[in-house]
Amino acid sequence: MGSLKIDRISMRFDLPGGGAVQALKDVSLELNKGELLSVLGPSGCGKTTLLNIVAGFLAPTEGEILLNGKRVKGPGPERGMVFQQGALFEWMNVRKNISFGPDMAHKPAVETARKVDELLKIVGLKDFGDKMIYELSGGMQQRVALARCLANDPDVILMDEPLGALDALTREKMQGLVLKLWKETGKTIILITHSVEEALLLGERLLVMAPRPGRIHREYNLPFADLGVSQDLRMVKKEREFGERREEILTMIWDMEEEIMGRQEDVA
Amino acid sequence: MIVGLIYLTAFVAAFGAYIVWNRTREARHDFTSLKTVTFGDESTVSANRFASIVSIVTLFALWGAFTGSKIVPIHVPGPFIGDTSFEYTATNATGQTANATVYLRVHPIGEDVALPEATGGNGFARDDAAKIGAWRSGLVKPETNDEGGKEDGYRVTAIDGNSIAPEQTVRFAHGDITMTSKGTLSVKPDRGLQMEPIWLPSPEAVVYRLIEIARDGYKNFTLWDHLGSSLWRVVLGFFLGSIVGIPLGYAMGLSNWFRGWFDPIVEFMRPVPPLALIPLVIIWFGIGEEGKIILLFLAALWIMTIAARAGVSGVKISKVHAAYSLGASKWQVLKNVIVPNSLPEIFTGARVAMGVCWGTVVAAELVAAEKGAGMMIVNASKFQLTDIVIMGIILIGVIGYGIDILMRIAENWLVPWKGRG
Ligand SMILES: Nc1ncnc2c1ncn2[C@@H]1O[C@H](COP(=O)(O)OP(=O)(O)OP(=O)(O)O)[C@@H](O)[C@H]1O
Ligand SMILES: [Mg+2]
Repeated sequence: MGSLKIDRISMRFDLPGGGAVQALKDVSLELNKGELLSVLGPSGCGKTTLLNIVAGFLAPTEGEILLNGKRVKGPGPERGMVFQQGALFEWMNVRKNISFGPDMAHKPAVETARKVDELLKIVGLKDFGDKMIYELSGGMQQRVALARCLANDPDVILMDEPLGALDALTREKMQGLVLKLWKETGKTIILITHSVEEALLLGERLLVMAPRPGRIHREYNLPFADLGVSQDLRMVKKEREFGERREEILTMIWDMEEEIMGRQEDVA
Repeated sequence: MIVGLIYLTAFVAAFGAYIVWNRTREARHDFTSLKTVTFGDESTVSANRFASIVSIVTLFALWGAFTGSKIVPIHVPGPFIGDTSFEYTATNATGQTANATVYLRVHPIGEDVALPEATGGNGFARDDAAKIGAWRSGLVKPETNDEGGKEDGYRVTAIDGNSIAPEQTVRFAHGDITMTSKGTLSVKPDRGLQMEPIWLPSPEAVVYRLIEIARDGYKNFTLWDHLGSSLWRVVLGFFLGSIVGIPLGYAMGLSNWFRGWFDPIVEFMRPVPPLALIPLVIIWFGIGEEGKIILLFLAALWIMTIAARAGVSGVKISKVHAAYSLGASKWQVLKNVIVPNSLPEIFTGARVAMGVCWGTVVAAELVAAEKGAGMMIVNASKFQLTDIVIMGIILIGVIGYGIDILMRIAENWLVPWKGRG
């Protein structure tokens, strides 16, 4: 129970001037409840497209998404999304942002307020509930985005480079937070990232995608996320296996990038 | 020309004085003052209070100096006022010459003065007297005053010893004298550099007029009636334009059909200045209140429509996606995301619309109205009541500025997140 099934998804974008881009081809994947999947791949390989299809913002040209056996037809509260940046509502204060989901569902205000308090404490923004969004730093804003998503209690959390715009230090702290929340809440998470380290650290499973057409290149099962829950992330990074995996995947992605560049030069 | 030069001098002098004074002050230590790159960094440029004040004072000082105002100590030379005289030399039909004096009394316009005394003279020439209003010229006719002036051969040959002939101009103590082709003397006392009140009244004259009209009203209506009716038209027209335009803009931003249907109309009406609609509105609705409201409604309508449309298209798609992912319905997305997100654009539009409406209402009242700020000044201009015209222009400017300030305050208060998304 509680599984997300991505079933033979293909996505073609017809271009206005004729022609088409095959953004995804025949992508299949199954995620069990509570799994954390990180997705890596060179730029333009269809990661965002895949996530948008799972979120229900895009309908695939072929294939379907099933959540708990039910077909996904559009966006819904059972699939929460954390965007890279700028998806918070700057006309609301932190509290109102976090309680947006429950408020839209007309949940009782007292209960919601308690939940918001709890989430504020978890993400370390206890005293910032009444601040406006634009009064927060980028890292704080992403913590609000996480809290907003959690407040709605979704089955699956989708994250598209949620930490991409943060500095290295804040990013590392946030990685710890994501891991902690994942363990505590037991949510199913798909996390897109450009950082190989982040993908290795956070992903229980790791998907490397290849471009043109976008497809799954390789899949890994990783031990580091579990280690990271109980251990310092810095220590995990020092593990020999971590370094090996990092090199392996970096080489893989570099090769793909080079292939793309080469192909473009051929065309030119 | 001279005014421009004086103004430029004042600008340079004040700037120089400020720089010198600034050097002697202790340096400030806020963030901006610590920036080393200021030239080209727009954020370091803020209106210099001192410059603003000096600028306003300079304007009023210039105005006062060129109108002989009592509130300004220094004036440019005014017109000659007072008694003066010149002596002329005439030759009569028999070839004799004689001198006589013409006594002139130059008086402020509107004042009633007596003619100066003139009883002397020698030979056939008789002393003469004339009164002339300041800035005006007067005719002096020795030929009708002197004995034998009507006889052939009589002519004036010199003024204060300087010879003169028809069509020639000669200076006397306080002005110029031109002899007409018939031998009459046209006397033009010095006008100085000051403006005549019917061209430009002094600041205090305008203030007195303001007080007078505020007390007694103008053309059957009080000053507040005039200004209030202009304002009321603007507010009503703007309000109507907004309640139609904003939903229309939202509809255009949210629906293909509405966008397609109204795009041609909006895009066509957008570049048509509201002033160009005045004649049509007058033909259709007459010069009454109705036509003006409709004109202002139209002026505000397109601006508000476009602002609302831009507000909708300006919403970041990730915010809309986020709202749907959090379980919001279409209506909830509209109410909680699209509308608040578009408010800054709508406020910008409202400020523009208010400005345009204010300009349009004045123009419409200039064309035809029973009351209103525009009607007041166009009516006054017909009677050369320049002080009322200037007072009206200043009031129109002040009110327009006031509207904009109010809108800006409302904006800061209602959409503090503007530009911080
Ligand atoms: N709306 C669209 N119309 C046309 N083509 C699109 C559209 N969206 C994406 N694509 C194309 O689909 C491909 C995959 O895009 P996608 O945004 O999913 O890549 P990505 O893996 O997320 O890249 P990045 O890592 O840079 O974010 C790209 O080639 C892109 O040009
Ligand atoms: Mg992407």
